[in-house]
Amino acid sequence: MKKDMELANEVIRISGANPIRCMKCGKCSASCPSFNEMEYAPHKFVDMVVHGRIEELMESKSIFHCLSCFACVERCPRGVEPAKIVEAIRVVKQRQIGENYLDANDIPAIVDEQIPQQALVSAFRKFKK
Amino acid sequence: MLKIGVFVCWCGSNIAATVDVKQVVEAVKLQQGVVFATDYQYMCSEAGQLIMRNAIEEYKLDGVVICSCSPRMHEATFRKNAERAGLNPFMVEIANIREHCSWIHKDVEEGTIKAIALANAAIAKVKLNAPLISGESGVTKRALVIGGGIAGIQTALDIAEAGFQVDIVEKSPTIGGNMAKLDKTFPTLDCSACILTPKMVDAAANPNIELLTYSEVEKVSGFVGNFKATIRKKARYINTDLCTGCGDCMSKCPSKKGKNEFNCGLNNRPAIYIPFAQAIPNVAVIDPVQCIKITKDKCGLCQTVCSAKAIDYKQQDEIIEREYGAIVAATGYKPIKLDKFDEYGYSQSKDVITSLELERLMNAAGPTGGKLVKPSDGSHPHTITFIQCVGSRDISGRGKCYCSKICCMYTAKHAMLIRDKYPDVNVNVFYIDVRTPGKNYDEFYRRAVEEYNVNYIKGQVGKVYESDGHLVLQASDLLNNEQILVNSDMVVLATAIEADESAKKVASMLTASIDTNNFLTEAHAKLRPVESPTAGIFLSGVCQGPKDIPETVSQASACAAKVIGLLSKAKLVTNPCVAHSDELLCNGCSNCANVCPYGAIGYETKLINDHGIRENRRVAVVNPALCQGCGACTVACPSGAMDLFGFSNSQIMAEVEAICKK
Amino acid sequence: MIYSYYPGCTLKTKAKELDIYARKSLEALGIEIEELDNWQCCGGVYPLAKDEIATKLSSIRTLNQAKELGRPLLTLCSACHHVLTRVNNDMKTNGDINMRANNYCAFDEPYNGETQVIHFLTLLKEVVGFDNLAKKVVNPLKGRKIGAYYGCLLLRPSNELAFDDPENPSILEDFIKALGATPVVYPFRNECCGGYISVTNKSQATKNVDKIVASAKYKGCEQLITACPLCMYNLNENAGADKIEVKYFTELLAEALGVK
Repeated sequence: MKKDMELANEVIRISGANPIRCMKCGKCSASCPSFNEMEYAPHKFVDMVVHGRIEELMESKSIFHCLSCFACVERCPRGVEPAKIVEAIRVVKQRQIGENYLDANDIPAIVDEQIPQQALVSAFRKFKK
Repeated sequence: MLKIGVFVCWCGSNIAATVDVKQVVEAVKLQQGVVFATDYQYMCSEAGQLIMRNAIEEYKLDGVVICSCSPRMHEATFRKNAERAGLNPFMVEIANIREHCSWIHKDVEEGTIKAIALANAAIAKVKLNAPLISGESGVTKRALVIGGGIAGIQTALDIAEAGFQVDIVEKSPTIGGNMAKLDKTFPTLDCSACILTPKMVDAAANPNIELLTYSEVEKVSGFVGNFKATIRKKARYINTDLCTGCGDCMSKCPSKKGKNEFNCGLNNRPAIYIPFAQAIPNVAVIDPVQCIKITKDKCGLCQTVCSAKAIDYKQQDEIIEREYGAIVAATGYKPIKLDKFDEYGYSQSKDVITSLELERLMNAAGPTGGKLVKPSDGSHPHTITFIQCVGSRDISGRGKCYCSKICCMYTAKHAMLIRDKYPDVNVNVFYIDVRTPGKNYDEFYRRAVEEYNVNYIKGQVGKVYESDGHLVLQASDLLNNEQILVNSDMVVLATAIEADESAKKVASMLTASIDTNNFLTEAHAKLRPVESPTAGIFLSGVCQGPKDIPETVSQASACAAKVIGLLSKAKLVTNPCVAHSDELLCNGCSNCANVCPYGAIGYETKLINDHGIRENRRVAVVNPALCQGCGACTVACPSGAMDLFGFSNSQIMAEVEAICKK
Repeated sequence: MIYSYYPGCTLKTKAKELDIYARKSLEALGIEIEELDNWQCCGGVYPLAKDEIATKLSSIRTLNQAKELGRPLLTLCSACHHVLTRVNNDMKTNGDINMRANNYCAFDEPYNGETQVIHFLTLLKEVVGFDNLAKKVVNPLKGRKIGAYYGCLLLRPSNELAFDDPENPSILEDFIKALGATPVVYPFRNECCGGYISVTNKSQATKNVDKIVASAKYKGCEQLITACPLCMYNLNENAGADKIEVKYFTELLAEALGVK
């Protein structure tokens, strides 16, 4: 329990977000374009961080489906900033050894003629430490 | 040598849990002049007051310090008690060791140190206190009510019934306010007009009430019992004594492009208009921006058709001055603007409307004659979806931090009325929480669900967009943990309400305090809810905070009771803690008069004998009847001539010194 | 006034049209730019983690160069504009990031967010003015029904980007109108196309793109315009069966100004 809360506080610190302000209205999940891709929807995310359930989130593929499009941040009536929380969990996970989501060796198979390098730079920034 | 007594209150555990009261008593005993100190569980109780009176008599005390709650709570109680024991009431000082100390600290040691410092400051001050005698002032037996909605009307009617004169100043051309726009009212579903218009008529007919519609208060001076107000009666361009309200002018006016304010802009009105059929007064008004006779000196058709010869294009604003004993703020509310909430598409689709607009669309006197149709094409809607909490409970900066309080109930009302009148229409309601405290309120909401099959969905809406000829709501269904798409023909936004834009100006004119949401602040949230902290200013209706009609009417009547209580008094006791000027020090610079909010400072040229030099000097003179003792002048005075009885510069400095002393 | 121009990496390779037509159009409009020497890649994404400093340094160096020249920094790519604006905002308002970045960079003078970052569209709106732009159009795009695709990077978070109304933007529509074409407003113009995951999860990107294209076509768009190479790639390459033509807004501008 203590470790869980330490991890949660780390996520809150890195994100600079404030999940306790959440009033459980579901506006974030109503706005999320990736809702159907996610095991844990944004509102669930926020609640899990409040209750220290970080490891479950780190194990979930949900964190790689967030687009950082900020629709949830823009529309949240409580200023909770769910997208920043998702990012913080992704960062906490990827800062561990061997937890990169994307490997440079995967790239040749993915890359096509048209792909802008910006997409590759972004993907590495998002999914690799 | 002055003899001081100190009384330390426990306030049950409110103070005693965080402040070691025994230690405070021992500490203050070491102060020079303190001849008696004790503590007691409740100093404000009769037993506590007796301890104080006995000590005053036994030790022949010259001054008393009570270490207790805020002076706003019990200063008057303890002063009265001192008077009973033969001590001048202004020889009592309060050290606030509750709000300023025990309530905001957790550590007993720190709390005790601070309580001792505050007690010592009060002891230092009371040693410099002088006995003061309160004066008297008269009461003008007339009240001013600012705002003519249901709150203002109810307050005015009650004051008038008690036999006092009341003026209602209403900025729009008719009284009635927002309630006049409503169709039905919860929880009994009676027609709003049927219960409001008789009250409007009563107000107009009551000989003690004068209606000043299309008028605004511009300036208020004076003080409790003796206010003076400057009121602007805006030009209506109509002689109201002659106008019969026949409406011939309205049908002939060629300009039809004015937004009909009464119908929330859902349809248009002519440049000359009567706001609605039951308007009080039932006389026309000309919109000077829209009327081409006034802007371009063309047309003039209405004057030719007016058989009563009531139209006067040359009419000017009229300024009147009146005196009042009490002033009531009843400035009401309006729905917030939705420009920051365009994910709901309010500015993009005509079929997305506010709840107040829906009231007009369902009202028999509304733009559609009460037939509920889609504003975009006039067709019959098959599904209508409500979104609650639009802009309420919002701390993101887009909306209002508070719950608007009325939306859950009116949404249930709308849903039920639609299902009742059009059983083929499906109704959805997106909600975060349904909040229905109140007599018969939750039962009302449950009827919407259980008897009228209104589909309540827990969750908020992320986006409203158009697709395949209807609106789509992309939303959360939290109980099913799903993101859902709901098709709808119309969307109704339960829009947050906010204080009317006039509230801020009115509050500043009345020197009445206001909170960060522009709601007027009550003197005490629980015990003085209808009074402003400024004496003689009272609060009625939503200007004090969101409330529904039953609560507004209750508060309006409570407010009237307080006004009647004030106007019934023959004389008022004045505060003797007023400013005074030392003529020898005054250099006549006018700084004090410039900062005085009450116009209490004037100047006289006097023959002054300054250490043998006799000369005529211009010096400040305070009118003690007008001075409210705010102290602004004492701070502004560069020469130290201005001082305040009861709060003199030397007393304040003695307090500061005592606090700073280790 | 000369503007320091920041093209960003993609405009040198896959998004050459965005860059070339911008330069030609500016010349036609009489606005002088000078490409910033030695600019560095902005990093592509704004690092959201509060404790990420190193990934912001390249943007800070670019911003500081512009400051030393005393010129506003003109951006074109949505992602670059987003990253530079937000990093600049950090340097203005976040004491911790400011201190640590300045300690590391050790510029001659500390950088405190002095540079004005201005997007090409804002320049058109506020410096040129859409009315003036309309007067300079020699080849009005009459009768063309064009939809603006904003995406997310230009608009959100609105309190930092301060670019336009995040839910009902209008700057690109005003731009389209100035070129003589008919702007078509469609609901999904501010919804995300899925840019970041286009490398790792094409099927998710496709779902997003399909919704945007369907919404645009429903409202009658014949063509979309964008300011973002990532959106361009996604809308073109990751669309499902139903496709729509997408152009960079600068290409349309050059066409209307007769310099294409």
